[in-house]
Amino acid sequence: MDLVHIWLSLVGLVIILYVVLDGFSLGVALLFPTARDEQERDLLINSIAPVWDANQTWIVFGGGALFASFPMVYSVVFSALYIPLLTFIFGLIFRGVAFEFRANSSSKHGWNKAFFWGSLVAVFAQGLTLGGYLSGTKVADGVFAGGPFDWLNPFSLMVGFALIAGYIMLGSTYLLIKTGGAIQDRAYRQAFRSALAVAGFMVLVSIFTPLHDPSIPARWFSPPRVYFIWTFPMLGLAAFFMLMKSIRQRAELLPFVCSVVLFISAYLGLLAAIYPYTIPPTVTVYEAAAQRETLLFALWGAIIVLPVVLAYTVYSYWVFRGKVTPEEGYH
Amino acid sequence: MDVVFLSRLQFALTTGFHILFPTLTIGLAVYLLIVELLWLRTKDEIYYRMYRFWVKIFAIHFAVGVVTGITLEFEFGTNFAGFSQAAANVIAPLLAYEGMTAFFLEAGFLGIMLFGWSRVPAAVHFLATCMVALGASLSAFWIMAANCWMQTPAGYELVDGKFMVTSFRSAIFNPSLPTHLTHMLLASYATAAFAVAGISAYFLLKGANVRFYRRSLALALFMAAGIAPLQVVVGDLTGLLIAEHQPAKLAAMEAHWNTNTGGGAPFVLFAVPDMEEERNHLQVTIPNGLSLLITHSLEGKVTGLKEFAPEDRPDSLITFWTFRVMAGIGFLYVGVMSWAALLWKRKRLFESGAFLKSLIAVQPLGFIATLCGWVTTEVGRQPWVVYGLMRTADSVSPIPAGNVVWSLSLFVLFFGLIGTSYFYYVLKTLGRGPDLTSPVPPVQRPGGMRFGKEAAGESEVK
Repeated sequence: MDLVHIWLSLVGLVIILYVVLDGFSLGVALLFPTARDEQERDLLINSIAPVWDANQTWIVFGGGALFASFPMVYSVVFSALYIPLLTFIFGLIFRGVAFEFRANSSSKHGWNKAFFWGSLVAVFAQGLTLGGYLSGTKVADGVFAGGPFDWLNPFSLMVGFALIAGYIMLGSTYLLIKTGGAIQDRAYRQAFRSALAVAGFMVLVSIFTPLHDPSIPARWFSPPRVYFIWTFPMLGLAAFFMLMKSIRQRAELLPFVCSVVLFISAYLGLLAAIYPYTIPPTVTVYEAAAQRETLLFALWGAIIVLPVVLAYTVYSYWVFRGKVTPEEGYH
Repeated sequence: MDVVFLSRLQFALTTGFHILFPTLTIGLAVYLLIVELLWLRTKDEIYYRMYRFWVKIFAIHFAVGVVTGITLEFEFGTNFAGFSQAAANVIAPLLAYEGMTAFFLEAGFLGIMLFGWSRVPAAVHFLATCMVALGASLSAFWIMAANCWMQTPAGYELVDGKFMVTSFRSAIFNPSLPTHLTHMLLASYATAAFAVAGISAYFLLKGANVRFYRRSLALALFMAAGIAPLQVVVGDLTGLLIAEHQPAKLAAMEAHWNTNTGGGAPFVLFAVPDMEEERNHLQVTIPNGLSLLITHSLEGKVTGLKEFAPEDRPDSLITFWTFRVMAGIGFLYVGVMSWAALLWKRKRLFESGAFLKSLIAVQPLGFIATLCGWVTTEVGRQPWVVYGLMRTADSVSPIPAGNVVWSLSLFVLFFGLIGTSYFYYVLKTLGRGPDLTSPVPPVQRPGGMRFGKEAAGESEVK
């Protein structure tokens, strides 16, 4: 594996970490309207309060890592996806400040709304971004050469809705771990329904993707990919059935683990569909990569920092382990 | 309106709004670190109360700082793709390191810092505070390294319009980094110290929680006393560096049009620089002042703005005034601290109403000075995005102006909303005052701690 591929894997790892970690935080926010009263909403908030900020920071890490390792992707794709990306940012801004301001306010109604809508906008825009990216970007002479709405098509809209279902699944299964009583009962039902929706979307995306871009199945079924590509849907299928079973058995930890595995299987399938392109359908991994010295310099940082970050992330989750209780005010 | 102007306006707005928050948190983190250290050393409950109170202000600023900061990282790609393509090899890893260190320390330990009091032992909590403070300053280091490289590029070679790194050491430790970084860090520390001092002074005048706010004020003034004079010295060094590396910027910010021949260059105290007519209106000058400042001799030569082609000149009207406002505030802070020293010697620091009132008045000036300093340095770099090598006009993304009009108007709307709410909640948190009664969590109680009335008592004057 050369330096460029090490970075490709690293960026890939950071992105999926962001998707899973901020995914469950955003998912809990998407379930906000289903809480019955202010005390339940406080519990939902408290279930993610100590970790959401660190979760969100993975996108900062991801952005910086992408800029450093594949500057061409960063500049071309970000110009092309200007509108969905900044919409995503606007959503994150509202989610973040609502979090902080809600805690300080006596009338929480307005910030409850901002928290939910900010998260919903962020999730949907994330889906549009992903869908737009997969749909392909027009590049000429190394710069973006398309229009401002190239990303908008039925496929990207569908990915947007799929991501909403996916994050609700992550959020509700996370709540199984962190809560009890009425909220947990509800979370079991939410997890069940959202998992069904996710499975439906995954089938839909799997049919839609090859129709959307015929070169994708060609890549899927070319050697050496054809030898292992089938493991991803198998993994997804196994995770889905385990998920359904563990929800029925009212397990607390296993459903979340299965949800994460389901996300990973879909993610690996996507990566296998795109590779070796970093800006589909024309720019490959090597064309988009930064200078060797830059990759090496940034790698030193990642090698030192990533394990430490992961270690204290685990520590932090351990410190705040267990169910959240109404008595535990985080502010 | 063209996409270059709009993108610059949007970047100026988003950075300007963002920088207000880290400016405070970088400094306040150090303040909190000192408070917690005193808590651990003296076991005096008042320091625990101080920490719990000021950290609330810290948390609000931190949250707004983080979410507005993410915007900036994305804007390099969305709005300045030309610059990102050309300079990524140098700039991007610095931003990645910023992400990693901010990540490494700030975000991860913030949870423990804010919510961990009842869950982790005292030493671990203190470590968390140290890590957050270190992370905040490290974050400033990387951002300043990237910005300074744009001011005084080093350690690169230009290949087909792309900056390729030849040495990261020279690129990071480029000529302007030491002074600019120190200047920014001191600005943050001073801003935070004066913010805490001003707020404490306000409540002292109202007579609320006297012992609590006296201790907060004393500690803030102690911090400011060291920083304010040092900042003037570093500011002077920064000026010398600009004169050496960015003479056009210096000429613009000093409204100095003609290179002095035969005699010293005057220092312009007041003027309305006119870029069209290439001269100053209504100017008031001090003879030989500029030569003295820059060359430390009465007749030293200082390059005038007319030496540069009109299309290579930064705007003098803006930089002249933002620079003067910034420097004026710096000197004002030194004045306030001299006054404080005088009162302290007479043991009347907390009794002088006029002094406390002036502390309230100067409280927001640190933020204004920081903003003015940034405008001076960034507008002064124009028309270049990488000084002398790449023009700002070539740095933007190939997107229609409509995109930027859309996002810019939303930023204005949302920042207005967030800014207003921010003020409301900060004032509310301050108005509620410190919590002096809820019990200290058992894990935090060291043996021999001073407790209850004795610690929180308002009558006791120390």
